Amino acid sequence: MKPASFEFHRARSRAGAVELLTELADGDPKIIAGGQSLVAMMNFRLARPGHLVDITGIDDMTGIEVDGDRLRIGALTTHRTVEKAGLGVLSAAMRWVGHLPIRTRGTVGGSIAHADATAEWCMLAVLLDARIRVLGPAGSREIAAGEFFHGPFWTALEPDELIVEIVFPWPLPPAALTEYADRKGDFALVAAAVDLDRERTVLGGVGPVPLLVDSLDAEEIAAGLDVRDEPGVSAHYRRGLARTLVRRAVAEASP
Amino acid sequence: MTREPHLHRDGTWVGASVPRREDPRLLTGRGRFVDDIRLPGMLHAAFVRSTEAHARIASVDLSAVREVPGVVAAFSAADLGLHDIVALLDRPLHEFVPTAMPVLAKDKVRFVGEPIAIVVARDPYAAEDGREAAVVEYEPLPPITSDSAALAEGAALVHEEAPRNTLVDVSLFATEGIDEVFAAAHTVVEVRARTGRQNALPLETRGAVAEWDDRDEQLRVHTCTQVPHQVRTVLAASAGLDEKEVRVIVPDMGGGFGLKCVVGREEIATAAAALRLRKPVKWIEDRSEALTASFLAREQRYTVRAAFDADGRIQALDADVVCDMGAYSCYPFTAGIEPLMASAEMPGVYKVPAYRVRGRAVTTNKAPTAPYRGVSRPQYVMVMERVMEKAARALGIDPVELRRRNVITEFPYRGVNDVTYDPGSYKESLDLCEQVLRDEGWFDRRGSDPAIGIGFACFSERTGYGSGAFAQRKMAVVPGFDVSEIRMDLDGTVSVTTGTLSHGQSHETTMAQIVADRLGIPYDKVKIVQGDTDRVLYGWGSFASRSITIGGSAAAASAEKLGERLRVIAAHLMDVDVESTELDGAGGVRAGDRRLSFTEIAEVAYLRSHLLPKDVEPGLSATASFDVGGDGTFSNATHAAVVRLDPGTGGVEILRYVCVEDCGVAINPKVVEGQARGGIAQGIAGALFEEVRYDDAGQPLAASFMEYKVPTAAEIPDVRIEHLETPCAFTANGAKGAGEGGTIGAPAAVLNAVNDALRHTGVELDDTPIPREAIFRALERAAEPALEAR
Amino acid sequence: MIQLIELTVNGERHDLVVEPRRTLVDVLRHDLGLTGTHVGCEHGVCGACTVLVDGAPVRACLVFAVQCEKTDIRTVESLADADGTLSDLQQSFADHHGLQCGFCTPGMLMLAEGFLAEEPDATKEEIRDVVAANLCRCTGYQTIVEAVDACARRRRAARQEVLGRSAS
Repeated sequence: MKPASFEFHRARSRAGAVELLTELADGDPKIIAGGQSLVAMMNFRLARPGHLVDITGIDDMTGIEVDGDRLRIGALTTHRTVEKAGLGVLSAAMRWVGHLPIRTRGTVGGSIAHADATAEWCMLAVLLDARIRVLGPAGSREIAAGEFFHGPFWTALEPDELIVEIVFPWPLPPAALTEYADRKGDFALVAAAVDLDRERTVLGGVGPVPLLVDSLDAEEIAAGLDVRDEPGVSAHYRRGLARTLVRRAVAEASP
Repeated sequence: MTREPHLHRDGTWVGASVPRREDPRLLTGRGRFVDDIRLPGMLHAAFVRSTEAHARIASVDLSAVREVPGVVAAFSAADLGLHDIVALLDRPLHEFVPTAMPVLAKDKVRFVGEPIAIVVARDPYAAEDGREAAVVEYEPLPPITSDSAALAEGAALVHEEAPRNTLVDVSLFATEGIDEVFAAAHTVVEVRARTGRQNALPLETRGAVAEWDDRDEQLRVHTCTQVPHQVRTVLAASAGLDEKEVRVIVPDMGGGFGLKCVVGREEIATAAAALRLRKPVKWIEDRSEALTASFLAREQRYTVRAAFDADGRIQALDADVVCDMGAYSCYPFTAGIEPLMASAEMPGVYKVPAYRVRGRAVTTNKAPTAPYRGVSRPQYVMVMERVMEKAARALGIDPVELRRRNVITEFPYRGVNDVTYDPGSYKESLDLCEQVLRDEGWFDRRGSDPAIGIGFACFSERTGYGSGAFAQRKMAVVPGFDVSEIRMDLDGTVSVTTGTLSHGQSHETTMAQIVADRLGIPYDKVKIVQGDTDRVLYGWGSFASRSITIGGSAAAASAEKLGERLRVIAAHLMDVDVESTELDGAGGVRAGDRRLSFTEIAEVAYLRSHLLPKDVEPGLSATASFDVGGDGTFSNATHAAVVRLDPGTGGVEILRYVCVEDCGVAINPKVVEGQARGGIAQGIAGALFEEVRYDDAGQPLAASFMEYKVPTAAEIPDVRIEHLETPCAFTANGAKGAGEGGTIGAPAAVLNAVNDALRHTGVELDDTPIPREAIFRALERAAEPALEAR
Repeated sequence: MIQLIELTVNGERHDLVVEPRRTLVDVLRHDLGLTGTHVGCEHGVCGACTVLVDGAPVRACLVFAVQCEKTDIRTVESLADADGTLSDLQQSFADHHGLQCGFCTPGMLMLAEGFLAEEPDATKEEIRDVVAANLCRCTGYQTIVEAVDACARRRRAARQEVLGRSAS
């Protein structure tokens, strides 16, 4: 379980990172921040980028800032920083992200880029209509979370683009995220997040991307899920978990 | 009978929870595990492994491997020409079919992950680059991925010499008239259970560092094994060396749990590569290999019937056990390890008057099996405890009361399985365990919360298998005895060898306690020497809870012999009868009011040997061995788990766990408690979390810790432990084995607790790991009428 | 494809030439000989390789050494005094039988060391939650949680005493 060879580059600025991505475009470059998912995949040789562009030295991509009706979270902000920031549902949801050392090192932007359908940040971004601000050779653009996730490890991000920050609407609504896994710290079998103001739910673990449903009715949401039997997990059980978790998330979010 | 665990009783070391001698180096990062060893010029190995579950090997092409930068060499089976590993039982062909395990696959591969070639490179990264370049052509054969597929008419054969893919098939005991007992029985209960394939999962994976030493004319192999002498024998035979030309050294070990008590193929191949290259070669198994290509265990299927009378007394037991042993028979235990254990011991703590069992080992295209902590006992105890629960329900008798009526209470007890049980506290442990739960209020809480269930497991465990017990299993190589050499140096300190081998069990501490008491010196003046075939006379290593019972007894015997020698010399020097001398418990020999210290005696033995008695040789050493003549000694325990089920998810939370254990005299109670707690965690893992599944093509589905779910501190509850003490009459210290019991009781206790919490649903679950979905569905269905009523 | 890097480990500066693909744990163990940090899974689940990077517990198998320049890395070798006297945390593990084979122990120690520095007032349940980050196959975890909790309590008591003294 040793990674394949790659070349290592350190970006000193946002623009520098994009420049590197452009320059190295033919050599399969990949951004690395916390690396908590990427390095594991590289150790299994499931991912074998030719170049790694380390962005952790970029100093203006970390931090949380309220900017009028927007909450801006720098892509390099760690889960742990958010957990301790007192940001309502965002902070509370961080307890579901792996374990302390993962939360200490893993970043918000990395999680969004990795695009696991049960990842807390992906679900929260879709639930709350966050916008993903990215920088590319042609400049910066914002992508609505609802349009960002295409599938596991597959997003609207172009290969030469860098996630700069995640922008949430502010103030945050009464909302909650909850999950079920047999073992603590695991990726959820099913996860549910609800926004009571807009009466919407996002489910993870029921499809290739976080699933947004405009309802808080657990029975209705579970019944409407398009899930199939899989080895060890029937569609019936997945629906049942979704029903339970939506109920629990609503209860947690309710004042 | 309960004992305060922190007392240092009677001024002895034995019985005291003294600090561990192992701790300072392990806490400061100064231990030495096999991957910590770095030799000058050392190379690193990686294995090309089969991607097919069952196939003929058409060709192996390593030419591209040898071109990869950093790769030094690559060898296939044909290049190394090693002899196969063959484990034998002393049984006729219709009971046991011998099969060979090649060090590297030759004509055929039998599981995904089977080693085909070894790549040696300047670092582990380059070795992995190299293995990717190997080209192996396969001609696929139908994969056999379950016991039922293996036994099916016309199934493809994993080993051509084993018809019906059956390696072991024994029918035992068959008490006369057993069918009539069933026919006439008041109640017959049946259990059909399947237990999942598990990985013993020492946190340190397997590994070896091997080098040829020209000065010693030896192949020196540092490897983390529980059985160094057996590795030496197999390695020497495989590579065509004399045993004196092989030295196996075991450094600190990060756990073993049985997985490391068989001889693996990779350490042999690594040593052969080092021999060929005349350079040190290191191989460290990675986690992915450890999960898919090492040794697994525990995949068994039980079909059991039990007859009871109206009072709930068991009258007969009829069992069929099929164990899926995977692709190969392990050395030295063979594929018989699991079915023979289950067949021989299944009646357990209960007075079963009639018994019949058929035990089979089938071979499949999965990674092979090794003994894993408890060996079959976690499984058959779980089945027996389900039998008791089902009988209790059928007869309307409280399940603890039903057990009370059936447990053995008079000792020695000769079982229907031709085993004599030495005294234990079967009923007492059951009573105390129930009492603890009652005192803590758990029965009340169960009464008021239908989601709470309480489950018990009552069992004993034969420990300290001597050569007689293993001979009864008809092993061709018969483990059993241990031999210990002791030496006192000039300053009165002592080194003592043991053929057992600590890999986390604290023997450097507990064996020292035993020896210190025998000689009357502080335990930190005793050094334990283990795990080196050049320094230890011979050994069977550590498994089957044999270390303290047998190894400890041998060490005690050698210490006693040394003590006698000290008295003989002292008597001569003081000019008194030997009979009038005694060890004074303070590092000396006393005769009346005269005394000689060990140092004074040692000075004579080494530096002024002309003063020794005529018939006494210079120096201060002694050798003694120990074996268990009879059927071994039985530790026992009762475990209880309290669980709460979550109807919304099927989740299981363990609210309380109580263990009342009796391992005779505990040498170091804290160590015993540690063994129990760790064992219970592994038992819970088997009941609720861990399974190595394969798909229909024979591809392993648990290749990482994302799929193989080892429980964490969040899942494993605190365990309350109560001690009972029924000393063993024939081990030197009255100790019984303590290494495995925790693992044995936990699956049964947890499974029974879950079923108790499902008592309102009419659903019973008998398989492990317990599927949460099954719990969810049972509770969901049970809730439906209530919903309708609303 | 090799790179010159400068690493500061346990207060000591090292200049190293490494392939970028070498993980921090491999560099610590095999390039610097600091074999106290162990390797258990190389995919960030078991935590045997946990070290402190700038004070925070990090899986050293999920970080490349080249990423760790200009950080302060601490390993288990830094805990005890130079004369071998155990730190209070290490002593607590010994006192509570918080280790058996000792393979997970360095990772558990560094996890606890980092966590207690950040959260000195952690409750036993919070400690259990953090210990759940790492795997141990021997102890059943109970004695590890107890060892960390006892150490935290002692540190709090010592702090109280200092505060009490300075107040009076």
